[in-house]
Amino acid sequence: MIMAKQKKMKEITVQIDGKKVKAAEGMTVLEAAQSADIFIPTLCFHEKLESHGLCRICTVEAEVRGWTKFVAACLYPVEKDLVVRTRSAKVDKIRKLILEFLLAHAPNSPQLQELAQEYGADRDRFEKESSFCILCGLCVRYCAEVKKKNAIGYVDCGASREIRFIPEIAATECINCKECFPLCPTSYLQAAFVLTQALSTISLS
Amino acid sequence: MPRLNSASELEKLRKQILSGRDPDKSCVAICAGMGCLDRDNGRIISAFEKEVGKTKLKNKVDILATGCHGYCEKGPLVVIHPEEICYVEVTPEDVPDIISQTVIHKKVIDRLIYTDPDTGEKSPRLADIPFYKKQTRHLMGSSTKIDPESIDDYLALGGYSALSKALFKMSPEDVLEEIKKAVLRGRGGGGFPAGRKWETARNAPGKEKYVIVNAHEGELGAFMDRALFTGNPHCVLEGLIIGAYAIGSHQGFIYTRHDAPRLKNNIDMAVAKAEEYGFLGENILGSGFDFHVEVHLDIGIFVSGESSALMRSIEGNPPEPRPKYIRTSVSGIWGRPSDLNNVETWANVPLIINKGSEWYTRTGTEGSKGTKLVSLSGNIVNSGVAEVPFGTTVREIVYGIGGGIPDGKKLKAVHFGGPMGGCIPENLIDTPLDFDELAKLGAPIGAGSMLVLDEDASIIDVTRYFLQFLSDESCGKCVPCREGIRQMLKILNNISNGKGKEGDIALLEEIAEVTGAASLCALGKTAADPLLSTLRYFRDEYEANINKAKNPAEKRE
Repeated sequence: MIMAKQKKMKEITVQIDGKKVKAAEGMTVLEAAQSADIFIPTLCFHEKLESHGLCRICTVEAEVRGWTKFVAACLYPVEKDLVVRTRSAKVDKIRKLILEFLLAHAPNSPQLQELAQEYGADRDRFEKESSFCILCGLCVRYCAEVKKKNAIGYVDCGASREIRFIPEIAATECINCKECFPLCPTSYLQAAFVLTQALSTISLS
Repeated sequence: MPRLNSASELEKLRKQILSGRDPDKSCVAICAGMGCLDRDNGRIISAFEKEVGKTKLKNKVDILATGCHGYCEKGPLVVIHPEEICYVEVTPEDVPDIISQTVIHKKVIDRLIYTDPDTGEKSPRLADIPFYKKQTRHLMGSSTKIDPESIDDYLALGGYSALSKALFKMSPEDVLEEIKKAVLRGRGGGGFPAGRKWETARNAPGKEKYVIVNAHEGELGAFMDRALFTGNPHCVLEGLIIGAYAIGSHQGFIYTRHDAPRLKNNIDMAVAKAEEYGFLGENILGSGFDFHVEVHLDIGIFVSGESSALMRSIEGNPPEPRPKYIRTSVSGIWGRPSDLNNVETWANVPLIINKGSEWYTRTGTEGSKGTKLVSLSGNIVNSGVAEVPFGTTVREIVYGIGGGIPDGKKLKAVHFGGPMGGCIPENLIDTPLDFDELAKLGAPIGAGSMLVLDEDASIIDVTRYFLQFLSDESCGKCVPCREGIRQMLKILNNISNGKGKEGDIALLEEIAEVTGAASLCALGKTAADPLLSTLRYFRDEYEANINKAKNPAEKRE
């Protein structure tokens, strides 16, 4: 990354939704679209944080020399001859299903509900498993990258993956910070709940 | 042992090793592969050692604990050289007889040799047993002749001569060209041409480059890499060093499993010995080429075998995949060009360099050259590791080598590639083993596991099993994979439990489409492949289960 910045940036013209957009080499499709006021929905993206491409709601159709693929706009770098479609039947289908998956966990999240309306996602399509958390990882990454505290992290993997505060760190670091709470796209009460739970484990032991 | 400093010193050593060995001397090779170890062959090995000590034969017979011979079904296996007599299902109680009759008096023990269950025909020699007879064992052929802990055994069979040839008679470009001409395709699953991958890494900017052996082998039902690497670690290592030379890499990594202690031991031993002899380290064989190898262990999750996750793991990060919008051969470990190939791919390299691409491409099909290791499991008479030329039909593998289906049952399907693979039904088994032919049928070869299913197997339960595995073994990072698998699994559980609903199949297909298109890595993108392939060939079975749930009266029929 540092090397890329030191190099003189080349300018690349890409086409997004039929519009010619000038972008610097190394920029992502999302950054290029934002610079041209083209909206791509995001959930796990935050400009202060490294993009991980977790939620995939920013999936767009990327065509390069006749070859079309579905990529995460928050990660895909602009390149020569790139044609991007931010909406298409398939893109909408992907976003709709992703929203329906997530609404099974956080049915009352205003951010999800708003997107659900746009994409015609059915809040009740899948059986509710209200974990509230949609594992966007904003809290985890913010704590690690911005605060450099690692007070919250992922535990387990696959379908059992969840976020958890690390009691030993959270007990001293989180009380006066809580900067991650407003980042939560579902409800920061959940984060608070997890935190309280973690802290009570310490006081009980 | 002082380091070897030239090609001629290597050949001198080889001559010295060979002159100390009598090709007519009896040698008892006991399979110490995973399957045979499980069947208590440790007791057999010690029984042989004891018996040889007792009969004062110490100088007349060698005892060799080797890697997997391949015929796991009939283990523990014992092969007696030089006659290559193969005894199957040996017990420690058989050992005194083997020594007194076969080793001393060269007499074959009838009860221990392989008998064909159909014809009653007996095959005393390994090469005559149908399981072996129909194979082409370019890679596994020396499995009964090598003590994996002995570099001298490998050298006696011509080991490291390909490295010496590459270093002294070929330029890195020549080596690369030879691999490209051999059309060596990646054996780990993708079938991507290894030469092109090497070339990308070679041409990628940057001085520091890495080469990696993917010895993770997490695919369900796959055990051929472990057999090969545990039994003959030096051939993989030699391939890796040659690849590093071609690519211009001076640091290699071997990424393997924490739960395979014998494999780990044999790799460590091979690396240490190769360093001692001068095949690794500074100025290899006096050629001026430097190359070092480090061994890394996984933390026990399937997804860590995915190339980008594997590289994260080597960096010391959690083994989570990252999007490969820039190829790992350009930007891999610490953002540097990193060439990753599977165990079997690397093992083919010395063969190609020694015998040439012209010889190599004589075996195989138009698009798939050489041989392929497959591991046979499931409802099959002969489970084990087999090596066949590409182009061998699935029928020949299942019936000719595998001995068919037990208990006279009918074959239903053969599933390739584990949880990210697909199956073909019985009526397609005349398809040749070929990367492209099988991929066209929705059943890509994958790493080479072949799960054989008989007529009683429930296709829905097999599919469910694979999805459950991925649900536990994926990283859980991206939504389409984590949630898609969760929901597909729920639907399949319902169908299997008689709670299927109208529209379930359409919903499964919708989820599979989204998971396949939008997931972050190959695991998610192919997670629904077993489902899609079973829907392709066994849709009626899904429909029947759903209809049964709709009309419970039919259940009583």
